[in-house]
Amino acid sequence: MFARLVYESFRRQKRRKLLAGAAITLGVTVATAMIAVATDIGDKINRELRTIGANLLVTPQEDTLDVEIGRVNLKPPSDGAFLNEADLPKIKGTFWHNNITGFAPMLPVNVTLQRDGGAETVTLLGTYFAKQVSFGKEEFTTGVRSTHPWWRVSGAWPDDNSRDVLLGEHLASRLSAKPGDGVTESGRELHVSGILSTGGSEDDQIVAPIALAQEILGKPGAVRRVYVSALTKPEDALARRDPKSMSGPIYDRWYCSPYPQSIAFQLQEAIPHSHAEQIRQVAQNEGAVLTRIEGLIFLITLAALFASALAVSAAMATAIFERRAEVGLMKALGAGKLAVASVFFAEATLLALIGGLVGFSAGGFLAHQIGRSIFDSQIAIPPVLLPVILLIAVIVTFAGSAVAIRQAVRLDPVLALRGEL
Amino acid sequence: MFLRMLVRAAVLRRRRALSALFAMVVAAAVATAMLNLYVDVQAKLRREFRNYGANIVLVSRDGASLPADALAHVESVLAGRGVGAPFALVVARTSDGQPVVVAGTDFDRVRQLDRWWSVSNWPSAPQQALVGVRALSVVSPKNQPFDLTFQGHTIRLTSAGTVGTGAAEDSRVYVSLADLASWTGVRTSTIEVAASGSPQEISAIMQQLEQAIPAADVRPVRQIMEGEARVLGKTRATLLAAAALIILTAALCVLSTLMGWVFDRRRDFAIMKALGASDRLLNGFFAAEAAALGASGALIGFVLGIGIAAWIGRVNFHAPVVPRFSVLPFVLAGSIVVTLLSAVLPIWLLRRVQPAVILRGE
Repeated sequence: MFARLVYESFRRQKRRKLLAGAAITLGVTVATAMIAVATDIGDKINRELRTIGANLLVTPQEDTLDVEIGRVNLKPPSDGAFLNEADLPKIKGTFWHNNITGFAPMLPVNVTLQRDGGAETVTLLGTYFAKQVSFGKEEFTTGVRSTHPWWRVSGAWPDDNSRDVLLGEHLASRLSAKPGDGVTESGRELHVSGILSTGGSEDDQIVAPIALAQEILGKPGAVRRVYVSALTKPEDALARRDPKSMSGPIYDRWYCSPYPQSIAFQLQEAIPHSHAEQIRQVAQNEGAVLTRIEGLIFLITLAALFASALAVSAAMATAIFERRAEVGLMKALGAGKLAVASVFFAEATLLALIGGLVGFSAGGFLAHQIGRSIFDSQIAIPPVLLPVILLIAVIVTFAGSAVAIRQAVRLDPVLALRGEL
Repeated sequence: MFLRMLVRAAVLRRRRALSALFAMVVAAAVATAMLNLYVDVQAKLRREFRNYGANIVLVSRDGASLPADALAHVESVLAGRGVGAPFALVVARTSDGQPVVVAGTDFDRVRQLDRWWSVSNWPSAPQQALVGVRALSVVSPKNQPFDLTFQGHTIRLTSAGTVGTGAAEDSRVYVSLADLASWTGVRTSTIEVAASGSPQEISAIMQQLEQAIPAADVRPVRQIMEGEARVLGKTRATLLAAAALIILTAALCVLSTLMGWVFDRRRDFAIMKALGASDRLLNGFFAAEAAALGASGALIGFVLGIGIAAWIGRVNFHAPVVPRFSVLPFVLAGSIVVTLLSAVLPIWLLRRVQPAVILRGE
């Protein structure tokens, strides 16, 4: 009898059920989409922040001081210590290798350019552009094109295995060189594939594949420093502690959190004789910006949940108010308060489950669209969210109906049937 | 008569009128808060991005010093919209002949410009230096006073503290510009400027700087500017999507509450019609009621929404979100449109039904 009451109510009052169901579906859609966006926004913004550049720097442990002013590097090129290029793929073997979006080694050497009879000493910076590197079975591409995305090239990027170079734009205009020209460096003929514009000191330098710089320096495999771009977590009190002073479980927690400090620590472990440190300008501010944006989206998600809960409650209340005559009839036929209330609650649960399911998939689609149109990448919804969302939908629908149902069961059947309320 | 009908309708069915008003207020508050945040978030995040330091660099064109009044020109162009710090760089030798970069600067300004510097103690007296963490072991391993030589001139410095940044600053020694000038005669060659504002404002500042100091090459720090533009753009787009969703949900909430309320009063509607009210009068009556509800709800909601936006600003950005009264017309117009729609729609559905049918409760 009870099941039939509920079933008939759905069969005969399609319009009303559709309206309430639509409100629940929309509410759940908005809630699901916003929760999905909020859980993923940190990762998305973190990736956007990587456009500001690498946040970690690896240098040799026993290095001499950098002596660099403006466009001139006064440090004797063979002075100081070097890292070994062969150790670099190990960066991808650290615990947080999935968080490392790219790295670029640098090797500056001084070269003398001969052109039109004159000679000029400039810095030639050896690096990776987009080099294929493999670690174990994993193949990946890394270099300045991913770690320094603000570098702009007119012409073509050189191939990492070629002897092509990029000329900084200020240097190029001094030499009046353009892509396709050649420059002569102490007997070597270098082909200029493009003109580089960075807004930094590279505008006065030559940028070349690292093998060329190593050949000029006469030290195969030498690397002066490595820029590493990693997705990190804003630092907190734990991050700033010295790992040496930590006890077991705290150390494990520190080691297994993607703080800039702990990733630097692991890089130092991976590359022999190295010293890794966060570049504070990038790493510190990143944390601040990320915290603000995550906080903002979290608060807005709360607002969205509140608005959808309200919309569902309003729709349910309206739907029940419209059925006063029906309540009056049920009571006149002898139904108790409990019976009336349970019919309504059963209907509400059924509506919430159907609306929740449809809304969950619609919300997933919406989140996917937002991810694609704003961030050009996927926003995935963890399936764990489904039971949570369904539970919230049922609770909100119940809460929304509760007041209206209480009023309905209190009605005097005579007044309700005469339609005088 | 018309007014009295409006007032009595609201007073007699207080509960339902109140719940409709409540829905309206919430919707208007949420819409106001979202629009306010959307307008203001850019300014708030730009402030966060200014902590990244300079976004404009002035370098003397010929590698010599900038004119002595360059910093004053920068100040007058900025007019409080940012901060600039002067730098002068030389390569000096330590007492055992190691080269080290010495930078002259204005410590008070650097402190405002480069907030990420991790400094143990800022120098406060002349002849005091701020030593980079890597330079420390070269110039003053035991933290004693040290000598630096530049072209035959020697200066004796004491280390006031260390600076760590993880970048080039770690291998430098920082002294005050006055000390550097009296020791080496070298003056400011670079001014780093952190200017705040939209991309248009910043390029205007750059143009003004170029005109004010013709001897300087004014360059944007593209790395910072581009990253900022990207993150701001994406955050705003996400916020816009969220705002659209939330406002839509809130509007729907108003729509369903109000439609319920009007449907509920179909007997009033039928009586008025039976007593000879024209369709136009009826439409006018319900429309006026809806507009009044929409307007009052929007006004209360606006005040509430400003409060919510200010609260979010304080909690999240530690700065109040300035109320934007330019948002009010949009919220007001939107509220009235939604209420009108939800009042007129049921009337339109009921207009063909005979009053007698409604009054009999069928």
